[in-house]
Order: sequence, then C-alpha cells, then structure tokens
Amino acid sequence: MNWLLEPFQYEFMQRALLACVLVGFTNGFLGAFVVVRRLALMADALSHSLLPGLALAAIVVGLSPAGLLLGGLLAAAFVALGGHLISRSSRIKEETAIAALYIIAFAFGIAIIKYAGVKVSLDHFLFGNILGVGDSDLWTSYGITCAVLLPLVALQRSLLLAIFESSVAKALGVPVGLLLGMLILLIVLAMVSSLQAVGVLLSLGLLILPAATIYLLSDSFDSMLWGGAALGTLGSIIGLLVSFWANIPSGPAIVLVLGLVFVAAYLFGPRYGIIPRSLKRRHLHEESLERWQK
Amino acid sequence: MNHQLVLKDVTVSYSRIPAVHHLSASVRCGSCVALLGPNGAGKTTLLKAIAGLLPLETGAIRFEGHELGTKPSRTIAYVPQREAVDWDFPITVRGLVEMGRYPSLGNWGRFGAKDHEAVEEALHVCDLEDLADRQISALSGGQQQRAFLARAWAQHAEIYLLDEPFTGLDRNATEAFAAAMRRLRDAGKLVIASHHDLKSVEALFDQILLINGELVACGPTAEAFTTQNLDRAYGMHIFSGHAHHHHEHA
Repeated sequence: MNWLLEPFQYEFMQRALLACVLVGFTNGFLGAFVVVRRLALMADALSHSLLPGLALAAIVVGLSPAGLLLGGLLAAAFVALGGHLISRSSRIKEETAIAALYIIAFAFGIAIIKYAGVKVSLDHFLFGNILGVGDSDLWTSYGITCAVLLPLVALQRSLLLAIFESSVAKALGVPVGLLLGMLILLIVLAMVSSLQAVGVLLSLGLLILPAATIYLLSDSFDSMLWGGAALGTLGSIIGLLVSFWANIPSGPAIVLVLGLVFVAAYLFGPRYGIIPRSLKRRHLHEESLERWQK
Repeated sequence: MNHQLVLKDVTVSYSRIPAVHHLSASVRCGSCVALLGPNGAGKTTLLKAIAGLLPLETGAIRFEGHELGTKPSRTIAYVPQREAVDWDFPITVRGLVEMGRYPSLGNWGRFGAKDHEAVEEALHVCDLEDLADRQISALSGGQQQRAFLARAWAQHAEIYLLDEPFTGLDRNATEAFAAAMRRLRDAGKLVIASHHDLKSVEALFDQILLINGELVACGPTAEAFTTQNLDRAYGMHIFSGHAHHHHEHA
C-alpha cells in the first residue's frame, strides 16, 4: 500500500490529485452529451481556439485565471458563432466553416504567444502541467465544476429531449437552441479547467474518451453520465500516478490511460465489443426462433 | 363529444411562398385521419404547423375552443419521420416512453408511481411490453413507430401527428401499427397521419383530409375518398408562388 500512498506525501501531488478529481469528473460527465450529440469535432475545434484566446488574455491582462477564462470563452464564441454564421450565409457547410475558423485562430495563437510574457511557454499551453497547479487554479476548477454540473443535472430532462429528437422537443416547447448553446458554453468552461492538467491539445481526450467508453458498454444515458464521470476521475488519478512513476508528462499519461480503457471496451465490451460479438455467433436464426416461440 | 380540431384559413409559407394556403377544415376526436395529397402538397408542412413548429401566416388552429397556433402544447404529440431519429441513442424502449412523461413533470418533478403506471399502460396499448428493455435500434421499423406512439400516449396527448408512419412497413407491421392507431382512436384520441399509398387508405383510415396546397376534400373516407376528388387533388397545378403564375393563363 505504501507505494500507492507514497507519491501523495508531496504537497504538489496532493494538489494534482484534487485537480484530477475535479477535472476528470466534470469532463467525464459532460462528455456523455458531447458523444451522443456528435459534438466531438466541434469540441476539438473549440479546444484549439482556446489557444489564441488565452494568449491574447495573457498579453492584455496577464496570467490571472479570470482573464484566461474570459479569453478562452471569447475565442471559442468567435469560432462557434462565426462557424454558424458562415454556414448560414454561404454554401460552406458548418463543419468546414468551424474547421477553417479554428485553424486560423490556432495559427494566430501560435504567432502571438511569444508576446504573452516570459513565464508562459507554448509547451505549457499545449500540454499542460498538472504538477504545477496553484491555489487559484484549484479554485477556478472548483468553480467550473459547479458551473458545469449544476445546469447539466438540473436541466437533464430538457437536455435529453433536445439532443434526442429536436423537432419533437421543440413541439413540446423545449428551448432547443438555447440548450445547445449552453452545452457549447459548458464545453468551453470544462476545457479551460482541464487546460492546466492536460493542455489545449489533449483536453479533448478527457472530454470524450470516458463517455465514448461507457457508450460501448451500456444502453443507458444515465450510466453514460455517471459512469463517464467515474471513469474520468479514476483514469485521471491512475494517469497521474503513471506519470509520477514513469516520469512522463501528466497530460499524455492521463489520456493514454483513458485511451487504453477505450480500446479495451471496443475490443472486449460484452455487448458491443467486436471480439465477444464475433465469438458469440448468436446468429439471426436463434433470435428469430426465440421470437417465434413467444 | 364535441372535441374538434379546427383549422381556419391557415396559410404557412417558406420564404413568402405559401406551401399551404387559406385552408379551413375540421376533424373530430376519436378518428384516424389520413392526410393525403401529391408530393409537395404541403402534408408535412401542415403537420408541423399544427404541432406549432412553423408560424402561421394567416388563420388560426383551435382545439376544444383554445387556440393552438404557434404555442407548443402537451396535448399534441408530433412523431417525426423515422430517418430523423438517431436510433443508436443510448436508450431503451422503456426509456423512450418515459421521456413522454418529462413535459408534465418538468425538470424537477419526481418520477412517481403514476408515471410508471402511464408508461406501462402506453407499452401495453402499443403492444411493446416484450420489447421494453431493448435498445431502440434493435427494433424493426414498425416497432420503432409504435415506440414513438407509446411515448406520445405516455404524454397523455390528445392529438397524434404522424409523418408517413406506414412508409417501408410490410403487411404485418402495417397491421400491427394500424391496430395501435385504432386503439388510440377508440380511446377518443385524434390521429392524423400523412400517407401516400392510396390503395390502403380505406382499410386504415376512417377520415381523410385531401390537400394540394389548398383544401380539396375533408370528411369520412366513405364519402370523401372519391375518384373525382383524387383527380382534383392529383391533377391540378400546385400553387407555388409568382414564378408559376403564367400556368394559369396557359
């Protein structure tokens, strides 16, 4: 047991553990909505668009968490709304418009980041460093965890109606557009909080891998929500320990652990895994026989 | 019983070109109505307008004396075409039917015994009890349609708007779906389904609403489903805005 607890006698590891729990849980929970609503590419675009926002914020107001949050939100809003606008007003489809905007924004971010001050390196933005979380980062994570989870839990039924079949939801008076907009906003918030842990580029992994894994294992949206949150938390903690022992950066370690579980679910998941499915060979005739005998 | 859905002078337009114009008709609860007309006649448009998904340019839609129009309402259940649904969604048939209770429960209401009862009843009416725990993609086309019907029943809807529910169903599935539809009718509900297979109209529906941009005929199938009316609906030009005005002089 000592080997497990030993890393946590260091204060930076205790902070990192807390950050992992907050970030892993929030992203894992939110990920269920991202996966079933097929927002993964959108989320990818948003994660890249955070970079210029953060760089600009660092130049203008310095490295305060509030400033970074605002910068990230503004940049993501630029990409999400801009993509929507371009697809509405031209023949360019929405995914192309969003991809075009985020890659422009990303290039702009890399170009200006060297003006962002001595303390910030590109590596830090891109890959994060969970061992360096400070008190203010932790407080930001606390705040974001609450800000993301509360509306998701409180509005879960409306959200479920909206993402399952939007025209039926609209006919029932559910404000579909507003709820989907809120979802985008929450994705950006969650990504800002995972920035410190895994960085801009890998934040997507924390968001979609846990939910995608549970999606391969279960037919219940509730399990995707809570199972994704649990898996996100656990995977982040294990990733943190792996990074400590193997002396590799925390971001890749966390995403690799989550990725390993995802691949395992894809291969061995009892219901939808490809290996059990091909081994079972419970072919149509058995099932139809069963149905006839009813 | 005088529960009626009354359409009065209804016009619905897409970018100022009317798809349905100045349509007045009324249908009583306790009937299965076939919404008929050629492609582009405005069947889906009319269904969406009744569901409150499209704004009315003129006129009004009333149910039991209350105006429906653009206001969304729980008394109406809109069932979309099958292609509009993501069937890989992580939800079982029971979960789908439970969603029918959400509008009356709101976000915070407790899912109580009464709600479970409504769900079981809906599964029973649509003959889905044996399939309740299946994921929705593991259903056949007809069963999928019935699952949405059950969700609408659990919602305690009075009006059921179905967009081409019989498309792609074979004879057995058609019969099973029609049976579920008749059970709704016998419970005093109003079922309106857009439909394109003229051969099966008499077997499946007791009322028809025949349109072609405007009203052609509305009434009991036995009276209104005549060759003359069909010729009028399928033979005439669809009014589709200024670009086609010269046809009138041809």
